[in-house]
Amino acid sequence: MTDTTALYDVPGPRTRQRHRRYGVLAVAVLLGLIAWVLYLLFDTEQFTYTKWMPFEYKGIQELLLRGLGNTLKAFGIAAVLSLALGGVLAVGRLSDHRTVRWPATLVVEFFRAMPVLVMIFFIFVALKVQPLPALVAGLTLYNGSVLAEVFRSGVNAVERGQREAAFALGMRKTQVMAHVLVPQAVRAMLPAIISQLVVALKDTSLGYLITYEEFLHAGKLIASNLDYDLPFIPVVMVISPIYIGMCMLLSWFAGWVSRREQRSPKTEAVTVATAGPGALLPGGEPPMAPKP
Amino acid sequence: MNVLTDNFTAYREGFLGTVELTVYSSLLALVLGFVTASFRVAPIGSLRVFGTVWVTVLRNTPLTLLFFAVLLGLPRFGLVLPFKVFAVLALGCYTSAFICEALRSGINTVPKGQGEAARSLGMTFGQTLSLVVLPQAFRSVIPPIGSTLIALAKNSAIAGAFSVTELLGTYKTLNELGYNIVWTFVWIALGYLVITLAISALFHVLERTSGIAR
Repeated sequence: MTDTTALYDVPGPRTRQRHRRYGVLAVAVLLGLIAWVLYLLFDTEQFTYTKWMPFEYKGIQELLLRGLGNTLKAFGIAAVLSLALGGVLAVGRLSDHRTVRWPATLVVEFFRAMPVLVMIFFIFVALKVQPLPALVAGLTLYNGSVLAEVFRSGVNAVERGQREAAFALGMRKTQVMAHVLVPQAVRAMLPAIISQLVVALKDTSLGYLITYEEFLHAGKLIASNLDYDLPFIPVVMVISPIYIGMCMLLSWFAGWVSRREQRSPKTEAVTVATAGPGALLPGGEPPMAPKP
Repeated sequence: MNVLTDNFTAYREGFLGTVELTVYSSLLALVLGFVTASFRVAPIGSLRVFGTVWVTVLRNTPLTLLFFAVLLGLPRFGLVLPFKVFAVLALGCYTSAFICEALRSGINTVPKGQGEAARSLGMTFGQTLSLVVLPQAFRSVIPPIGSTLIALAKNSAIAGAFSVTELLGTYKTLNELGYNIVWTFVWIALGYLVITLAISALFHVLERTSGIAR
């Protein structure tokens, strides 16, 4: 309903003119806001040479690049480990044996309900682990549990008939899973998995809070340098586009995969909702847009 | 065990701080999410663009970066407010993007005929949206809004690390006092569980009383 929309009529000439007036007004208000912010920025001397000078130095550029490298390193390790943990926990949750299923459920629910930062701090402060392993462990526990739910709902979303037919052919459960359900589920789950990886990438910035020398940490070092007149705003202006750009790229990739999957006839029936951030609620997945 | 009884005041303050942050930020997020969702379906192009940019940028911003920019950056830029207000602003704006998307997917679940019927009665865009479509959309997105607010409560822990009075922040004082660090964290974890379970229960009730399954 968003673009063809039943919310308003196709505008006639007078309405179009009225909308154009509103549009101009809205643009004027927004431009006014931007101008005000720019005025404040100039007024508080954020564009002086001293504040932007640090970015000309090679040492500072290297510091930023090293920070970015550390961010990507933490993300890479956490992503691989979360996928592995998610797989293990999903197998546990889908198990036929209650002694396996229950502990797995408990672990998944607990780590999904805890703030990531509490886990990271616990590992860092109480277990006295180095910043990088502490960050990676925290991210892995959280994202692994969320991914376990994604995997589980992916496998369950494959049409029942498939499972029944496979069992009827005399396959054992492992075979049904490995040959029939998982290959189909993976295709449908891919967008949800990548979206969860965006969350992991965003959360690597929590490393800043436990003094892991990642991108934001490098920014903070530059920003609190008195020699450059405390360039907080310039640092934010340089760092944010890079951070947001990386996440957007990954989000866009998730969207691209999802659109491609929707066109594919093989996965038509299966849609896996993006994992909710902490869906303790029954049926906590957002309602999917109805298929045309 | 006696970590809790000895420091009940510290824990209570932290707990109430988290609750306060969560409540205020939720209200801000709901209002902003409502406004941006209306922008995103409005007939005026520039508002739609604004809504899209708002959602895309905020959804892809690491929350720590947002906290860094708002709590440490804005004061340098001449805007001085209490840290708690800044924290509510950062959390509320961040979450509003997710609320907006939830609402928008809810708008998509309302049958097209409803909007058309409203229009044929002569309702304007504002009336159609606010009287017919959004009330129904709200009811069908109660669960995802619930999980978004649970995520908000969990995210408020970051405010604690930026020295806003908050549940996670209590560990610092107790650590300095030399209490058993593991037990300190057990009580913090329980505090968060209480909050998230309370939100979950609240939305469960809401869903039972006013949710609709389509």
